[in-house]
Amino acid sequence: MTGLRYVYAVCRPFGAALQSQLTGVAGDPPRTLRHRGLVAVVSHVPEADFTEESLKERLEDLDWLAATARAHQQVIDALTAVTTPLPLRMATVFRDDSGVRVMMEEREGDFLRTLDRLDGRVEWGVKVYVEESAGQDGRGGREPAGKPASGREYLLRRRARTRAGEELWQRAEEFAGRLHGTLADRADDARLHAPQNPALSGATGRNVLNAAYLVRRDLSEEFVELVDRTKDDVPGIRVELTGPWAAYSFAGENPEEGAA
Amino acid sequence: MTVVERREIALVDLLDRLLAGGVVLTGDITLRIADVDLVRIDLNALISSVNADVPSPWED
Repeated sequence: MTGLRYVYAVCRPFGAALQSQLTGVAGDPPRTLRHRGLVAVVSHVPEADFTEESLKERLEDLDWLAATARAHQQVIDALTAVTTPLPLRMATVFRDDSGVRVMMEEREGDFLRTLDRLDGRVEWGVKVYVEESAGQDGRGGREPAGKPASGREYLLRRRARTRAGEELWQRAEEFAGRLHGTLADRADDARLHAPQNPALSGATGRNVLNAAYLVRRDLSEEFVELVDRTKDDVPGIRVELTGPWAAYSFAGENPEEGAA
Repeated sequence: MTVVERREIALVDLLDRLLAGGVVLTGDITLRIADVDLVRIDLNALISSVNADVPSPWED
């Protein structure tokens, strides 16, 4: 089969076979390509979709982007079950196998160091949201029922609501800072992602913390429990946990890579 | 756009990692995408598809 080589991850050689029903990006099952002490996990993709210009266009197509992202994630997930993969940025594509080998040889030292750093570790995502409506029924007293009787009453109610919102906002920032400090202490590493746009996430409330933590597998249960315990600490503030992920946010060796 | 199941990983969480994380390789042997501007994707494609299906939650 011709086409370009899409590389999902680089790993140390692993014995287990990948799931046979794994399809990969563009429907081609991923296979391993060994070069010296490393293995690249690779599948074929059509050149028409992955040249730089067509890729830019494709990435604007939400259905294509979603399908590709999910296919990529499925392969990384399958790898996570058998080894600790070093995930590559989505849509890393080479012309042929020999291009992949050259890349592996050039970056061998970096890859081995990063694989050592990530070995036996997973990533957990923690997000904190402020519920926008919580200012009314959280603290700050109950809002009177019914329509305001006058313009003046309307303005008074609105002012009270704004004040409650500001207090909640401040509490949320303090809460998020404290939580991040506590979690970062328990993790080997931490990264802050940009807060998510509610239009993209579909989540209610405003995202004030969007963080990733690198945690040893054997300490993960404890970490998850710690996050769980904070969940109901402050009314109007919601904590969400995602994971375990492969260590996507910690794959970069340069300090600026993956950092917020 | 297909409706994302509750159990499924949210696309936005996935994109945080796939488009901002992972090892970035440089060099002319790669045809990698350098820095995908998520804001641009957001504006051009995502907003319209989100608005079509889901009423905006923060609208007053």
